[in-house]
Amino acid sequence: MRADLELIYDWVPAGARILDLGCGDGTLLDTLGQRKGVTGYGLEIDPTGLAACLRRGVNVIEQNLDDGLGNFDDDAFDVVVMTQALQALRRPDSMLVEMLRVAPECIIAFPNFAFWKHRLHLSLRGRMPVSRSLPHAWYDTPNIHLSTFRDFANLCREKGVRIADEAVGSADHQPHWTSRRWPNLFGETAIFRVCRGR
Amino acid sequence: MSASFPPDSVGLVTPQTATFDTPLPLACGKTLERFELVYETYGTLNAERSNAVLVCHALSGHHHAAGYHAADERKPGWWDAYIGPGKVIDTERFFVVSLNNLGGCHGSTGPGSLNPQTGRLWGPTFPVLTVADWVHSQARLADHLGISRFAAVVGGSLGGMQALQWTIAYPERVANAVVIAATPRLSAQNIAFNEVARQAIRSDPDFFDGWYAEREAIPKLGLKLARMIGHITYLSEHSMGSRFGRDLRSDQLNFGYDVEFQVESYLRHQGDTFSTRFDANTYLLMTKALDYFDPAGQHDGDLAAALAPVACPYLVISFTTDWRFAPARSRELVDALLRAGKAVSYVNVDSPHGHDAFLLPNDHYEAVFGSFMQRVHADIRGEGH
Repeated sequence: MRADLELIYDWVPAGARILDLGCGDGTLLDTLGQRKGVTGYGLEIDPTGLAACLRRGVNVIEQNLDDGLGNFDDDAFDVVVMTQALQALRRPDSMLVEMLRVAPECIIAFPNFAFWKHRLHLSLRGRMPVSRSLPHAWYDTPNIHLSTFRDFANLCREKGVRIADEAVGSADHQPHWTSRRWPNLFGETAIFRVCRGR
Repeated sequence: MSASFPPDSVGLVTPQTATFDTPLPLACGKTLERFELVYETYGTLNAERSNAVLVCHALSGHHHAAGYHAADERKPGWWDAYIGPGKVIDTERFFVVSLNNLGGCHGSTGPGSLNPQTGRLWGPTFPVLTVADWVHSQARLADHLGISRFAAVVGGSLGGMQALQWTIAYPERVANAVVIAATPRLSAQNIAFNEVARQAIRSDPDFFDGWYAEREAIPKLGLKLARMIGHITYLSEHSMGSRFGRDLRSDQLNFGYDVEFQVESYLRHQGDTFSTRFDANTYLLMTKALDYFDPAGQHDGDLAAALAPVACPYLVISFTTDWRFAPARSRELVDALLRAGKAVSYVNVDSPHGHDAFLLPNDHYEAVFGSFMQRVHADIRGEGH
């Protein structure tokens, strides 16, 4: 499993009902289901991801996140998870509010635009960063709302959302001590666990 | 002889008939004392009897879903694209049961059968059936075949409604449900189209209030019109446009009312063919079953409450250009299942072919439906240990 998914796996309590926004091939839901008795649904629009989930027996709903979560009741879930989708949403701020309507707790992981390599790329080359976590060119990227670790923390403050946990990681290795001390600079992926209220 | 069939075909198949002598109480209050169901099976029932898949047919469907009845048969069964060795419903893994519904006109007891109490054909006196009645009769067929639980109940359109009804009426007898291009209830527009079709049949002078068989007549004109109307709702504007456009049969306009546009020719042909192979009373009955279907109706319109008994995972599939039972109707079902906390997956398949898409080859449709069926099969093997 990807390093960010490993961390999220630990943060989801056993037996929880979860909604996974942009669940991909269903790895997280499948693993949580088998090892921690977690139940729930994934939302996905990618045809390959949909088929992979079905083969695994993961409940997957074809639903565009930009259409909102209006079909889910308040507190329908214990936890809503969203990895690598925040930056592709039309309104990440509204989604944060929606997520905390359908569950009291959310886990959100996204690429940290303030990662030192991105900063270096932009400052030295003067061009939009292209990296492992941001592989697209500026003109065809689905990532229309890139943000930083600190930006997201600010958004939570503005929305009255409490940050219960925060961490950074990278796709393939455990975070270095530097990223724990200076997450906004050394974290490639930002991961937040947030709750309602301050 | 089997060498003449494609390798991924179930090949030559022979319909069978099951007779039921235990009276079947119906939703309308009447009881059928005795009835027969015609069905086909493909593949082999395993020793645990756990690999059976029930295929439910749509409005004008029947039991012949796959393979060929004769070596020289021009077209295979109606869902041959999806049933066969190595296909989505893999007959090397599953034992597939496909029947002609009660009230049908392809061999099962229906308006064209003899009413033993009167010695006369049932004709228009055959009881109006509901989807729930069908499901009860199908459960009798399952008993007859020694199948206590289906690995999956699968259907498109009206067939999907039967699959849905199975999960409410017999939750313990369904391990998985696949509901394709269906709806949890018809809209006013759907009912309106059905009513026009019924009026076309009933106003045909050869209908004789449903006693046409005794008069050795066939209300062909009415059936033809009913099919032409129905057929328009099965296709998308796009698929009709790309297939026929405004093409003319000849090079010029004739300023008359004979067939001029290719689409007119096509519809008339579809109607003509249908009028000689389908029974008018059966068509009326099947459209009524569609209109009446509304599991939420007994729960103050609360579909989630109606779905409370459901105990199996669902796969719901819709098609982007289907306007007969549009994706939004499948979403109603999906959202109700979500609200009821049931296991459900949903895919809206991109297809230009409208409602008919559920019958046609489509890579994405095959991938998602096939993936689900692979998991259904894996679960059977898991249960065997």
